[in-house]
Amino acid sequence: MSDKLAKRVGLSSVTVAQAHPRQGPAPLWRRATEEPAWVRVALIGTALTFLALFLMLPLAVVLYSAFERGLGVWYSAITEPDALAAIRLTLLVVAIVVPLNTLFGIAAAWAIAKFEFRGKPILISLIDMPFAISPVVVGLIFVILFGSQGWLGPWLSAYDLRIIFAVPGIVIVIAFGTLPFIARELIPLMQQQGKEEEEASLTLGASGWKTFWHVTLPNIKWGLIYGIILCNARAMGEFGAVAVVSGRIRGETNTMPLHIEVLYNEYMFTAAFAVSSLLTGLALVTIAIKSVVEWQEERRQKLAEA
Amino acid sequence: MSIEIDHVNKHFRDFIAVDNVSLTFREGELTALLGPSGSGKTTLLRIIAGLEQPDTGRIRFHGEDTTELHVSQRGVGFVFQHYALFKHMTVFQNVAYGLTVRPRRTRPGKAEIRDKVMRLLELVQLDWTAHRYPHQLSGGQRQRIALARALAVEPKVLLLDEPFGALDAKVRAELRRWLRRLHDEIHVTSVFVTHDQEEALEVSDRVVVMNKGKVEQDGSPEEVYDNPANPFVYQFLGNVNRFRAGIHAGEARIGDIRLPAPEFHDRRNESGLAYVRPHEIEVYAEAVASDTLPARIELISVVGPTVRLELRTDAADDLVHAELPKHRFHALGLTQGNDAWIRPVQSRVFLPDSQVSNG
Amino acid sequence: MAGVAASRGRVIPGFGLTMGFTLLYLGLVFLVPVGAFLLYTTTLSWETFWNAVTHRQVIASYKLSFGSSLIAATINLVFGALVAWVLVRYRFPGKKLVDALVDLPFALPTAVAGIALVTLYASTGWVGQYLDVFGIRVAYTQLGVIVALTYIGLPFVVRTVQPVLEDLDAEWEEASASLGAGRLTTLRRVILPALLPALLTGYALAFARALGEYGSVVFISGNLPFRTEITPLLIVARAEQYDYQGAAAIGTVMLVAAFLMLLVINGLQWWTSRRYG
Repeated sequence: MSDKLAKRVGLSSVTVAQAHPRQGPAPLWRRATEEPAWVRVALIGTALTFLALFLMLPLAVVLYSAFERGLGVWYSAITEPDALAAIRLTLLVVAIVVPLNTLFGIAAAWAIAKFEFRGKPILISLIDMPFAISPVVVGLIFVILFGSQGWLGPWLSAYDLRIIFAVPGIVIVIAFGTLPFIARELIPLMQQQGKEEEEASLTLGASGWKTFWHVTLPNIKWGLIYGIILCNARAMGEFGAVAVVSGRIRGETNTMPLHIEVLYNEYMFTAAFAVSSLLTGLALVTIAIKSVVEWQEERRQKLAEA
Repeated sequence: MSIEIDHVNKHFRDFIAVDNVSLTFREGELTALLGPSGSGKTTLLRIIAGLEQPDTGRIRFHGEDTTELHVSQRGVGFVFQHYALFKHMTVFQNVAYGLTVRPRRTRPGKAEIRDKVMRLLELVQLDWTAHRYPHQLSGGQRQRIALARALAVEPKVLLLDEPFGALDAKVRAELRRWLRRLHDEIHVTSVFVTHDQEEALEVSDRVVVMNKGKVEQDGSPEEVYDNPANPFVYQFLGNVNRFRAGIHAGEARIGDIRLPAPEFHDRRNESGLAYVRPHEIEVYAEAVASDTLPARIELISVVGPTVRLELRTDAADDLVHAELPKHRFHALGLTQGNDAWIRPVQSRVFLPDSQVSNG
Repeated sequence: MAGVAASRGRVIPGFGLTMGFTLLYLGLVFLVPVGAFLLYTTTLSWETFWNAVTHRQVIASYKLSFGSSLIAATINLVFGALVAWVLVRYRFPGKKLVDALVDLPFALPTAVAGIALVTLYASTGWVGQYLDVFGIRVAYTQLGVIVALTYIGLPFVVRTVQPVLEDLDAEWEEASASLGAGRLTTLRRVILPALLPALLTGYALAFARALGEYGSVVFISGNLPFRTEITPLLIVARAEQYDYQGAAAIGTVMLVAAFLMLLVINGLQWWTSRRYG
């Protein structure tokens, strides 16, 4: 019973207080949607133990092992030539893939959110699909298409083009694997925002580009930033697909995750964890930005309701 | 600038939103497009603005065909139902938007834009909100900013989609009087969409009643209210009672009551329905004359200065609603559950199959 | 020019451009390669295909992959629902941080997760050494595979259940309580049925993700033939031996399984939206 209701039915808080003189109103009273305190504590405890075991400890072990032998060792592990080559290659791939997937995400979200057309649900499912396919299968698809024994292999080698065991193959499998992330972030956002503001901009005489630039982009800014950063993190960390197409040529076709694998298999654990710590930092930044975006969204909704 | 709508049709999949509508909005007039939801009024407004493309038909502004003209070139001011203010821009930036997005050649200077925006904000009495964001304003204030933003581009016509729909009753009433005064001041040809008959009758110079994509009636507010063209308009504009009536030689007969129905002067012994508004029914405590109808009072409710009665009578299938001033009610000494006598003093008669015909 | 841009009745511009780019990019990167791959599979003789997908080692890997994915998804169903409940309903210090960290398996590269998990659960690791006392071995056993798959599937149930739980109107529970139901009865009769579609969707997502997972598993599983070899690993092995036909055959099985899971998930989401839409 809430205080208001208590007053209305004549149980003034004074009467209740007299019945329990020391603890104030109704200490044993419990809201209808609440569990007893011991149940709450037990549930929180179980959930946190589970999360500690599966989330916190892996994170802790990466950071601990990376810096276990001091900053100097960590620094030399990430500046060693093969590590630098892996970092450079990873950044190069990301610099190609992320802008392409960003363009794709914006274009797809614009077409899907602002227009009605037949087959829209099918298009949305198609965009989601690469996410469901095993990364290993993604790699295999391109090996079979472009590999030396693959369908286009003879034609490619005739023109001295290399796709598999070379940078183009890595770029395309990562583009495939991270294709949905920005679009998936933007489509629901833009659908929810509708098209009234764009229409308002058009009635005021603005062109399509100006409308996109001045009205749409500021509205999707945070979602877009999160989508890009998530796509970036996933692209840098892509492993299974790249493992199939890269050929693991040291200093040439090893991306950071492959370099980590090589180091680990050669029992260079500290170095493996040192390179891992870079990607882990990136993952932490990614989820921090996600929290900021959600916080912004909550604030926006509260303001809209106010 | 006048707006001419010439045989416009629009359908969405198998739903006919606008069904062969032709209308002319005269220069400087404030017209209400009135109708229930789904009547096609908003679609028609969006077609005028260029936000929808008609399937067939033409739109002309002052004789010039604008059907193919893109919305951004059409020079209309459109006020959206939920205002569509740009959330990330201040009030000033919102109002200035239409000017700042012009190509460099035709864009006014910074100072000129500033003066104009401030003048408009003064016009809508919100100059003190220039540096606030839309979410810091109340609904009524947002509405006025949306109007100022639409006016900033000096539109040839002003179109408003349910301009007061999202506001509470008190703000609504204030704002519509304010809109009326504003229109008297700036005199731009304006069309607004509403489903609220009171709003349409109070604010506009002219009312267009729409239903199922068609225009049911088009006239001044007084004309439309006093002389509804058909049963739909009658029912849509306020409460109405339906009495079974005999039609004979230009007269409608409800029991022994005879009311003039000159448009049926050539009909003999037909039956129809007489539409009578609650305030057009006189109520008596006794049978004062031979031509009153006996009735039984089922419910009495006092609403402010007015008393509403629900009466059961043989001459109507449904309960009859009557309204009378409180002092008259007290003078009569009526009580719930007792008998009363009623007499319609004015009516409009429709034949049973005339639901859609223009009478 | 710009004046007569209201072509085909679309008022907002850019449909042709954005739709064209969307289809072109989707086609080049995704549809054409997948189509070509499926076409390649059809060139295999039925015998080749059948022998490749029913090889003893492959059958053993299906059992391991499907079985471990089911177990991991089930663990996530129970604990994911619990975590979602705790995050939505209770307050405790550090809650925002915990909430944010739930996404970690989604953002952390799988290879990093893989080496972290094997380091933790090896018999000398932070956790493994205590389990070793009880004779429980995680690394290089099926248990290790399950641990890795539980880790990467963790965000899915939590993130599908959380929003539904947040939107659950307190009035239902209050009504149930006012009608005399205890807390457990309310949970069983009112809350769980409302969460069911979301729970199943999260379960299916976690299962689908686990089925295709590679990076986080290969380190902790040890890849012992017939015992801890998951199906994706066999695809990699076949491809590395240039046995493209064998790899393609097994890959097709995985691809079909993924499409089926996607159908199930879409069906579940349709059910959810019909129930709450």
